[in-house]
Amino acid sequence: MIKVRIPTPLRPLTKNQGEVSVAAASIEDLVNNLEAAYPGIKARLCDDKGELRRFVNIYVNEEDIRFLKGKDTALKTGDEVSIVPAIAGGSPWPA
Amino acid sequence: MNKMKALVCRECGKEYPTKAIHVCEMCFGPLEVKYNYDEIKKVVSRKAIEQGPHSMWRYLDLLPVEGTNFVGPHAGFTPLVRAKNLGAYLGVEELYIKNDTVNHPTLSFKDRVVAVALTRARELGFETVACASTGNLANSVAAHAASANLRCYVFIPGDLEAAKVLGNLIYKPHVVEVEGNYDDVNRLCSEIAGEHGWAFVNINIRPYYAEGSKTLAFETVEQLGWRTPDQVVVPMASGSLLTKIWKGLNEMKHVGLIDEVRTKINGAQAEGCSPIATAFKAGRDFFKPVKPKTIAKSLAIGNPADGYYALKATAESKGAMESVTDDEVVEGIQLLAQTEGIFAETAGGVTIGVLKKLVKQGVIGKKDVTVAYITGNGLKTQEAVIDAVGRPTRIQPSLLAFEKTFQLRRTNGGTP
Repeated sequence: MIKVRIPTPLRPLTKNQGEVSVAAASIEDLVNNLEAAYPGIKARLCDDKGELRRFVNIYVNEEDIRFLKGKDTALKTGDEVSIVPAIAGGSPWPA
Repeated sequence: MNKMKALVCRECGKEYPTKAIHVCEMCFGPLEVKYNYDEIKKVVSRKAIEQGPHSMWRYLDLLPVEGTNFVGPHAGFTPLVRAKNLGAYLGVEELYIKNDTVNHPTLSFKDRVVAVALTRARELGFETVACASTGNLANSVAAHAASANLRCYVFIPGDLEAAKVLGNLIYKPHVVEVEGNYDDVNRLCSEIAGEHGWAFVNINIRPYYAEGSKTLAFETVEQLGWRTPDQVVVPMASGSLLTKIWKGLNEMKHVGLIDEVRTKINGAQAEGCSPIATAFKAGRDFFKPVKPKTIAKSLAIGNPADGYYALKATAESKGAMESVTDDEVVEGIQLLAQTEGIFAETAGGVTIGVLKKLVKQGVIGKKDVTVAYITGNGLKTQEAVIDAVGRPTRIQPSLLAFEKTFQLRRTNGGTP
């Protein structure tokens, strides 16, 4: 099983749990298995094309998956995954 | 006047109340303050601003706080220095330095954003404030928290300059040194912010905090006699400052303070951490995170939160982005000090280095009214230049020894 830390905005979907466990062999797998257990979560994490949203950061054992293999990053039992919203606040003009 | 209507998601448009939240629940997009511009237009004017306090709070009508019980009442309104010597050296006729090395109280532009953030945090009822920082932000949060009697935690990477570490400890906040780089600190703080009900100025208070940077644009325009510059050069860490300078200029036009904005916004990074500039030069609208390796530690953010928006702002304004090596950073610091008498930190070296490069490339023209943003003080990053500045000339305490050393002839006193 993989331990997954859930950020505040997604907790309404995980019965307010800040940490959940799911089985998964890769990040893509993990997103799908999270969806099976907590319906609605995939649409929050991924866009219409199934790609991770721009402002979603995912870390495996504290490492950004963009430095690993992205969605194909392999997972093994005992790994810890964090889902963290990017902290952006700037905005160009006009809106 | 109720200036703030709501927080609104920049990506999907969903609205939220003006509380301590920063992320859209639906799409994870960043939240942004939505202003009641119709009301603001009725009260804002050049005259009212000119009669306001000699601080950034003279632009209160365009800042996201409700009252006037300010934390950091003296931040901002720093000098806009006409840089004749540096301009002559580089070949720019009308060059200015926006000098935030002397911002109050902690000598960096962060005093602006922190003043807004902590004022708003106190309005929202917080008693504990915190931040993830590359140094300057932590200094500013710690100082302001001390003066406002707020509990304070600052989180910094493990490799900061000595003066920036000491510049936290002196105010006695909880200084948490995280074994890792800023991006590690930032991720950790995002997780802590989710668990503890604190005001993390650059996380859950970010929609308000980031707005403080607009005052750098407002002041520049007012100090130029209500003119917008043709070109600005802005250092980029998260990219937030650059986007907010662009926003500030356009907002002034929107509320009728100026007629048009023709400013090109240029972004500056150090080569050892240039995810935004690299993406811009490659013509991409997204960036690839990097592992930072540069002496410009205040800009060492490998996963810049506002990188995407900074790319957009620079493109919209028809500006450019460049990066410089660490050697060029040191040269930039020296050049600014030796031509204008302003001692900038490493980020300032990046800005001056990129300014020089853009002039050389012809991107910034001889006749362009140009402003370089110098955002932090060199006394905080002495390590960067210590090997480049030489040593004092040491002599015995005698007139003869002095004259001999400097080969001077006596002129029997008198005036020059």
